[in-house]
Amino acid sequence: MAAIDRRIIYHFDWTLFSLALALCGVGILSVVSATWGGRHHGLDPLVVRQLVWVGVGTVLMTAAALIDYRALGTYAYAFYVLAVGMLIAVAVIGHSTGGSRRWINLGILNLEPSEVAKIAVVLVMVRYLREEPPKGGWSLLHMIIPAMLLAVPAALVLKQPDLGTALILMLITGTLVFVGGLNWRMLMVLMLGAVLVAPVGWHYLKPYQRERLVSFLNPQSDPLGSGYHIIQSEIAIGSGGGWGKGFLKGTQARLNFLPEQTTDFIFAVFAEEFGFFGSVMLLGLYAALIARGAWIARHARDRFGSLLAIGFTGIVFWQVAINIGMATGMLPVVGITLPLVSYGGSSLIAMMTAMGVLISINTRRYLF
Amino acid sequence: MARFTRREKNRPVPRLAPRIAVLMAMIVAVLVTAALRLYYLQVIKHHELAELADRNRIRIQRLPALRGLVFDRHLRPLVDTRPSFDAVIVPEDSPNLSATIERLEKLLGQNNVAKKIEDADDEGRPDFEPVMVAERLDWSQVVALETHQLELPGVSLQVTPRRHYLYDSLAAHLLGYVGEVTVKDLNRLPDYRMGDDIGKFGLERSWESTLRGDSGGQEIEVDAIGRRLRLLREIPERPGNSVVMTIDLDLQRVAEEAIGARAGALVAIDPNTGYILAMASHPAFDPNIFAGGISSSAWRELITDPGHPLENRSIQGIYPPGSTFKVVDTIAGLMDRTLTPATSYYCPGGLWFGNREYRCWRKQGHGDVALHRAIVESCDVYFYDVGQRLGVDRIAAWSHALGLGKKTGIDLDNEKTGTIPSSAWKEHRFHERWYPAETLSVAIGQGYVAVTPIQLAELAAEVANGGTLYKPQFVRQIDALDGSVVKTFPPIAENQTRIDPQVLDDVRSAMADVVNASDGTGHAAKIDGIIVAGKTGTAQVVKEAQGARTKETALPDKYRDHGWFIAFAPVDHPQIAIACIIEHSGHGGSSAGPVVKAVMQKYFELNPPQRGPQAPATGQAGEAQPVDPLAD
Repeated sequence: MAAIDRRIIYHFDWTLFSLALALCGVGILSVVSATWGGRHHGLDPLVVRQLVWVGVGTVLMTAAALIDYRALGTYAYAFYVLAVGMLIAVAVIGHSTGGSRRWINLGILNLEPSEVAKIAVVLVMVRYLREEPPKGGWSLLHMIIPAMLLAVPAALVLKQPDLGTALILMLITGTLVFVGGLNWRMLMVLMLGAVLVAPVGWHYLKPYQRERLVSFLNPQSDPLGSGYHIIQSEIAIGSGGGWGKGFLKGTQARLNFLPEQTTDFIFAVFAEEFGFFGSVMLLGLYAALIARGAWIARHARDRFGSLLAIGFTGIVFWQVAINIGMATGMLPVVGITLPLVSYGGSSLIAMMTAMGVLISINTRRYLF
Repeated sequence: MARFTRREKNRPVPRLAPRIAVLMAMIVAVLVTAALRLYYLQVIKHHELAELADRNRIRIQRLPALRGLVFDRHLRPLVDTRPSFDAVIVPEDSPNLSATIERLEKLLGQNNVAKKIEDADDEGRPDFEPVMVAERLDWSQVVALETHQLELPGVSLQVTPRRHYLYDSLAAHLLGYVGEVTVKDLNRLPDYRMGDDIGKFGLERSWESTLRGDSGGQEIEVDAIGRRLRLLREIPERPGNSVVMTIDLDLQRVAEEAIGARAGALVAIDPNTGYILAMASHPAFDPNIFAGGISSSAWRELITDPGHPLENRSIQGIYPPGSTFKVVDTIAGLMDRTLTPATSYYCPGGLWFGNREYRCWRKQGHGDVALHRAIVESCDVYFYDVGQRLGVDRIAAWSHALGLGKKTGIDLDNEKTGTIPSSAWKEHRFHERWYPAETLSVAIGQGYVAVTPIQLAELAAEVANGGTLYKPQFVRQIDALDGSVVKTFPPIAENQTRIDPQVLDDVRSAMADVVNASDGTGHAAKIDGIIVAGKTGTAQVVKEAQGARTKETALPDKYRDHGWFIAFAPVDHPQIAIACIIEHSGHGGSSAGPVVKAVMQKYFELNPPQRGPQAPATGQAGEAQPVDPLAD
């Protein structure tokens, strides 16, 4: 590590690096807006913290870019065990807010182990799937181990309860298994199975989660209760219009009509102030980031690198799709952050580190 | 399973690139869907959602305008608007609500505060919206709340302007009252909101648009929990204009005092302008009880009162004019040349017509009477003859020309028309022809004839001014709040009846003798130093056989006749004309006469009679086209 190969600098993926930082910039702007006019005059402490996290994240992203990603394969299982351990710890000693236990208080940072779990699940799945699949693709038998690897953290996350992260874990596993070579026939069976299992899953949902689903299907059924979030978010986004109300001029956010406006509904804050133009630009940034991730996956030197790139890009995609889908009223409300934009140290650092790994994959295709 | 595996073995190993391509296709589809959804929300539904966003954050608060004041002719205030204190509570601002409520109930001496908050919440009160717990606090309650403010977090005093009538029931019917706007009014008046005051009666009602002003409004930005953050926009309210009336406070007061506890009405008019100097009606009511909402029991009491205190008898009371109507007969007869001042008739105390006797009020009769004495002593038999000479239709034509049996057009609601019978009227009304005997009753102002006090005041004014029928007005000027004049109301001559000066002289001198001659029926109205001209009248309440007149005083009150007195003065250059009726008082000269005298005296004490250039107008004066009452 002492001597950095000059080619790493030379082939450094500035495109991805810049896209990630641009999204962090959008995030800071949005957190400023979301907290403007609150109890604190000027910049809210939240903004300062987010700035610090972006700084720390940039360092970690750069560090991850310099490390040989292939080492991650070696430590995948160890990391997975660590993540599961943290999830168990959060269940025991976790710090609860709003009825769910999601954080471990580390003094300077409330660590959110579910963010770590996302990275860990990607690593462990890729580690498992890096072997060439058999002819015809992975079959049911091959899927037993990934299913178990998914089940443990997913169950722990659901227990918190954090439906959103559990959903992401499942979606990202599915994505990796699909790209990693799942038998087409198996894919059909799994999708059919998911449809059949849905009613059973309903049974296990907590009442508030069911309420969210019902109010998603008909927001007017309870306009002041669960439907309130969806309605207020749509109002914020729609009232932004074509060009937006202007930076710091969004009324829905400033006057606290939006729920969770620094995290889950940060997209609505941005869309209100920057309008359709801004929203599409933001979507474009994500599209570019995802396209770059897919390009890296396509051109990675080894199967491990490709799948790893798909895994991290997949996290970004699914979170963006679900978060924006929720903010625009197309999907039910589940707590999922907008990657690199939402306020939150754990998710920001996890995502930036993941982007660093993507850079590493891209850089190293010239090295071996 | 074996076959399954074997078949799989023939298939190729899945490669990454095509799977990534499939994944990317799906991703593109999802992102495009998101963009389309954003287009739908931000472009297509923008206006609707932007409006919802504004509705979220903007509360509109109205600033009701201060209602204009009302002054008498000398700018003495009659009606103003004063602050009234209400107690309101914002339950969210009280950390220990039940303790606050308990304390508040004790201080106010009422125990319905908790209930009022509950009711407001049931009606969907938004957070931080105050609840009205007690209205119109008296001074001790205001002091109690002020001094215990620290023990009452969330409780505050709210000041509401409330209409105040300075002299309580004085001129109540003319001034009217205000009340809360009704749902029915709201549908037709877009500028009004629930809880606004609106003029319901009298001047308050007919001059509503002048007095009300324009309410302003504030747009206040609130946050999600309803806290008021800042003022976005303010349209200041424009206070209502003040109304300067033509009535004289002192004269009005004297008129009401003189009527006293009896039921009756008095209208005093300036004959040269039509301005009303005083308008009284009794029984009256106190308009203050309507300000801020009248209780239903008080309202019921008012509308079921047998004395009808809400009726403005000056314009709504219809009574037979009695002998005051002889003034009309005289003018009609002299102008039609069916009568001359020298025409005389023998009054034996009654007149046989058809097969019954029509009595004169004086049983022993007047003997040989000519016109002058017939008026002064109010001989009925003489005017039975005049009536026969004229016929009912001539009498009706002259009555209409002089404004009787017609609304005067005063700016007050529900003015009554009265009735002046004619053959056509009877045909239309009863499908029956007119019998000549009925003309006898009409000639002495009985039978079908019915007029309002204001019509008779106008008649007196016309005799005084020479035949000009002015529209009666009680507002002379509108002032802005700063005292500048917005509008003045010059006299409006509505009709000019041509009456020969000689005829006027004959009528006036007879009327002057009614009051001033020793044998005049209106002796009670005589004033030292000023010649008052007048005419008494008695309006029959019970249709009795003309021959069977009982002694008035023997009758129970409600069957007793109403007493009339009409007058103007000074006779040579009149400044004031009055009609007064006192119900169930018997003879007008002794009941209404002193009332008129009191008002006249007060008037001339305040306005010493002017001598000189202001001679009474006659015949051709005025702008209105002379109308020949016989033209039709």
